Amino acid sequence: MTSTQPRTPGQTDPAAAPAGSTARRLRAGHGDRGGSRVFRWVSTAAGVLILVILAAVALFLIQRAWPALTADAAELSERVSWFPDDTSLLGFVGPLIFGTLLAAAVSLLIATPIAIGIALFISHYAPRRLANALGYVVDLLAAIPSVVYGLWGGLVLSPLVQPVWELLNSWLGWIPLFGGTVSPTGRVMMTVAVVLAVMILPIITAICREVFLQTPRLHEEAALALGATQWEMVRMAVLPFARSGIVSAAMLGLGRALGETMAVLMILSPGFLYSFRLLEAGQQQTIAANIAAQFPEANQTGVATLIATGLALFVITLAVNMAARAIVARRKDFSGAN
Amino acid sequence: MTTTTPAQPTESSASLRELLQTNDARRRRTDITMRVLITAAFVVAMLPLLSLTYTVVSKGIGRLDAYFLLNSMRGVFGGMDAGGIYHAIVGTLEITLFAALISVPIGLLAAIYLVEYGGGKPLAKLITFLVDVMTGIPSIVAGLFAYALFALLLGPGAKFGAIGSVALSVLMIPVVIRSSEEMLRLVPNELREASLALGVPRWLTIIKVVLRTSVAGLTTGVMLAIARVIGETAPLLLTVGVVDSINFNLFEGRMMTLPVYVYRQYAQGLVPCAEGDAACIPDINVQRAWAAALTLFLIVMVLNLIGRLVSRFFAPKIR
Repeated sequence: MTSTQPRTPGQTDPAAAPAGSTARRLRAGHGDRGGSRVFRWVSTAAGVLILVILAAVALFLIQRAWPALTADAAELSERVSWFPDDTSLLGFVGPLIFGTLLAAAVSLLIATPIAIGIALFISHYAPRRLANALGYVVDLLAAIPSVVYGLWGGLVLSPLVQPVWELLNSWLGWIPLFGGTVSPTGRVMMTVAVVLAVMILPIITAICREVFLQTPRLHEEAALALGATQWEMVRMAVLPFARSGIVSAAMLGLGRALGETMAVLMILSPGFLYSFRLLEAGQQQTIAANIAAQFPEANQTGVATLIATGLALFVITLAVNMAARAIVARRKDFSGAN
Repeated sequence: MTTTTPAQPTESSASLRELLQTNDARRRRTDITMRVLITAAFVVAMLPLLSLTYTVVSKGIGRLDAYFLLNSMRGVFGGMDAGGIYHAIVGTLEITLFAALISVPIGLLAAIYLVEYGGGKPLAKLITFLVDVMTGIPSIVAGLFAYALFALLLGPGAKFGAIGSVALSVLMIPVVIRSSEEMLRLVPNELREASLALGVPRWLTIIKVVLRTSVAGLTTGVMLAIARVIGETAPLLLTVGVVDSINFNLFEGRMMTLPVYVYRQYAQGLVPCAEGDAACIPDINVQRAWAAALTLFLIVMVLNLIGRLVSRFFAPKIR
């Protein structure tokens, strides 16, 4: 513990005698030298490395994608076997971005209400003693690897929900989302969205729970004292307080859903259309799944094209995450965003 | 609001009671409905967890034996009742450990900077914000980044284990920073001040007092971060590739990893078997995928469990 040489008074006194302020500055730890200075620099460098890594991600992606960004459409379709003939790079990325956003949006629509419900259950409804354990159980959902979700979604869930999608189609087929011919395998966007929803549940739940627990105790008690039922208390005191927290939680979930690869790759039967039909096969594809599907067999230009689509994904997720974090950061008193 | 005049107690209180009760019935119904819905939300969320755990265990347990764990896929083809995941386990362990070796020092030092030196400086605020943003980088983009980095250094087409480790550490560093930062902030300031007051230099205070106090929490954070990246598939698919043989060398040649193995076996699907070929199992690939998924699932769960137990039993007693 105390293996350092304590400074003997004789060493510092001559320096301190003329100007007491320098000595104070030295002792205050600002004038650190030797090991202290090295350590300070090393740890600062590690912090700065984060900036460097993020910048490097953007720079290297741009550098690798450059051949595809600058090539014209004819060249791309000639060199890359799976590139559609009569379209530009933008025309190729467009449907992919659409599919990515659609998958993320539908999964968010499914996950957010359930996540708020779970978070409320854990924070306000469950017995206090159980609450912590239940929180762990929900966190377990986040621990399961995405490839296992993909396996489960492809082999177990798809055949299981296929009849449900048939019913949905026959009852609500007049809504464009549920129209078209239902895929007999169940490997459709709707199934993907359900699996993605399960995967983002724990993230949204964790943040919502933190925010709900931070509701001022006095607000809750005041509501109850006025004769409010528990739900009325939640609606009047908890939810308004947590609104921005819920929004940013949902956006973080959105960011995760946008970038999810394996579940989409292993479940969805892909297509490259601007199609809202969630129950029909061969309609949409997401950026991440497309990269994973094509990358291993792609040639040089193909890789560049895929990296260009990856760049688009990076920009989208970056924007979503930054917006979410900015909302969180606006609330100074809120510290539970992790 | 509906205060009644206390002048006529009998008649008015009866009507008031009636009023309150009729009102209450509707409100109580809403309350009960919402209570049921909220509980249902929790139950609904548990269904996939239970279903997934049950299927992975029940379908994977049949093929998960010593042979499966100790053999590679070398020379295995068609519907042969053979093949295992030894090569994938080796790859997963080496790549993940190397990723941890890269990310833990960087993450820990960055957390130390944020907690001990940052102190509200603009740089520290920027780094905190970017760490949050970095947590949201899609895993496939991390894979593309590692590919692009090594394509620039070694020319395109390089595929070996260490590239995968770099991709994983991009995902792991922010997780390590976040958890270590929280743990370091829990160390009471009195301990730091006491140490500094005794004349111990800042860096020794950090190493011998701050880090030693929070070592249990830091271990938990690292374990959970490892558990998080050990299941990553997409970046490894791009950077490390697939192979059927055992490869111990991180810096040369492709490696197999457990998640990629699961995906690969799943993607190969059913085997067309010849009529009357008893040695050929049509769904052998799917069986292997489930067994490997179970192995991965167990590894992740054990890591999570150990992580939680470490922080529970080795946490410093500060009261």
